[in-house]
Amino acid sequence: MKKLLNRHETYVFIAVVVFSIIITIINPNFFTLENLFDLLKSYSLMGTFAIGMLFVLISGGIDISFTAIATVAGYTIAVLLLNVGDHLNIYMVFLIAGSIGIALGFLNAVIIHVFRIPSIITTIATLNIFYGLLTVITKGKWLYGFPTWFGDFATTRVFTLYSAHGNPYGLSIITVIWIGLVFISWFLLRFTILGRSLYAMGGNVNSAKRAGFNIFGNTAFVYSYMGLMAGIGSVIQALLVQTVAPNSLVGKEMDVIAAVVLGGASLTGGTGSVIGTILGVTLIAIMGNGLTLMHVPALWYKVVIGLVILISVGVSAYRRKMSAHKRVIIEND
Amino acid sequence: MFRKLSHFSILLIVMVAAILIMWGLTGTDFMSLGNFQSMAYQLPELGVLTLAMMIAMLTSGINLSIIATANLSGIVMALILTKTFPPESALINSPWLVVGAILTGLLVAIIVGLINGFLIAVLDISPILATLGMMILLGGVSLVLTDGYVISGFSPTMLAIGNKDWLGIPVPMIIFLACAGFMSLILNKTPLGTRIYMFGSNPVACFYSGVNNKVVLFRTYIISGIFSGIAAIIMISRFNSAKADYGESYLLLTILAAVLGGVSAAGGFGKVSGLIISLVILQMISSGLNLMGISNFFTLALWGIVLIFVMIVKYVIDIRAQKRWNA
Repeated sequence: MKKLLNRHETYVFIAVVVFSIIITIINPNFFTLENLFDLLKSYSLMGTFAIGMLFVLISGGIDISFTAIATVAGYTIAVLLLNVGDHLNIYMVFLIAGSIGIALGFLNAVIIHVFRIPSIITTIATLNIFYGLLTVITKGKWLYGFPTWFGDFATTRVFTLYSAHGNPYGLSIITVIWIGLVFISWFLLRFTILGRSLYAMGGNVNSAKRAGFNIFGNTAFVYSYMGLMAGIGSVIQALLVQTVAPNSLVGKEMDVIAAVVLGGASLTGGTGSVIGTILGVTLIAIMGNGLTLMHVPALWYKVVIGLVILISVGVSAYRRKMSAHKRVIIEND
Repeated sequence: MFRKLSHFSILLIVMVAAILIMWGLTGTDFMSLGNFQSMAYQLPELGVLTLAMMIAMLTSGINLSIIATANLSGIVMALILTKTFPPESALINSPWLVVGAILTGLLVAIIVGLINGFLIAVLDISPILATLGMMILLGGVSLVLTDGYVISGFSPTMLAIGNKDWLGIPVPMIIFLACAGFMSLILNKTPLGTRIYMFGSNPVACFYSGVNNKVVLFRTYIISGIFSGIAAIIMISRFNSAKADYGESYLLLTILAAVLGGVSAAGGFGKVSGLIISLVILQMISSGLNLMGISNFFTLALWGIVLIFVMIVKYVIDIRAQKRWNA
């Protein structure tokens, strides 16, 4: 119990529960399966990006360029779908987008590792390079009108229920993909040497190096994994809105970072968990959805999110300070 | 030879190269007075915002809320300029209203700086998180204040700030140079400047040498806020309007410009002179490509490439210097 109280995730979980109760009291529509499935589907994109970001943050880096990577991957598959869409299937789409993501993520890792340029600077530069070149080549054109099988896949449900009004709803296949990614990532971080070595590297690069971990391998892995998630995210985005626009994702980097940080990952590396990240995304999702259900004007959304982030990081900073304070007293005794 | 090449000299070489390449590619248009004047109108916005980012980066922090601060302070100025008196009243065109609006806007920016300072210095929140939260919060406050609409239509006095020149030098440029001079003065000639560099290199050592770190952080973020407020004056006057989400793409560009100018992301290093050269390089590329009719997005890509190029050159030189030292 005491161990539970020391974890950041517990507090985020309590916040999620409290918010859910408040929203449900004001508008019972919130706590319905229909709304829940809907929320899960529409936040799969942010959730996918957030998982990739978690890996990068744990290793002590940061990646700003993932929105641009996703845009490049999304645009490529959109062009392919429009031209040779009949010869493709959904696996190939994910494979192509994922490969592009991995390639661009790997490029980030090489620049960061070989030339020792801080990750934030490298990825700001590559964000501009990827996004700038893509927009020049495509002239900013929107792409839509994908093959019917692509649209059908987006509306596939694992099981279907009917609401009181007879509207069908259910667990979307997109949500299932996201949950699958969550489990793989959780397993990787928790039970593999690779995952544990990311924590070691984020805690202290030099110690990790002395302990014999392959730093370049780890760096290459986290940025490629972030790229893979960006690629998969781009397909999810294309499935959700059935349109690919060069400017629909770039500019949303900070929202994803905020969600991951809300879930307890620190920007100095070495901490963070998949469960926390999911809770962070959940908190942002239910607040966005809850404010609408509580009839709060949408304009207030950012004010509330900003306050929640400040309170969350403030509380965790305060707790860290207190525990450091306690340690000093014990040492003095 | 190689060991003596500082970041500043690399930048100078890149700048000369940029000028020559752009001159060669665009012909005489590039070296015309008109082109230089239009560059001098465009550079200050990003320039003042970069100063706001730079001072935070010198303390090994970062200020992600500069654009949000500038927009909020610009919106407050715009509201005072357009809503305090009915449009038919003579007072709405009074220069004193402009002075009042600017002072109130700057006060808002200072208050934001104070809050940032409080979050970072007193609550010990890491700067990137505190200012990220503030960025989202202030963006929200601006949206609520404006209902998401544009506020436009300012008096001629206000518009003169962004669009007139004095002895051929555009007013925004004069404001930017004054800000850069002020910043250089603080960093090089005052105890605060020394403390900012010391804090950026090693906060613990700085603390044990008797510096009140909290005060240094407070002042840093207040100055950063003031520069954001000054950028707001230039922005609303040049656009003749204010809105909650103007200039959001500037945020990452200010970091790019600061780092290109030699400001270390780890804190403690960076000079105003390097920053000015870096801004000139970026503006040269932008204007040159613009004259050739090439898309702005290509400029973005080229800026990114130049940044990585300069960082790689710097790395190679560092490695060589280290090898020589060891040998």
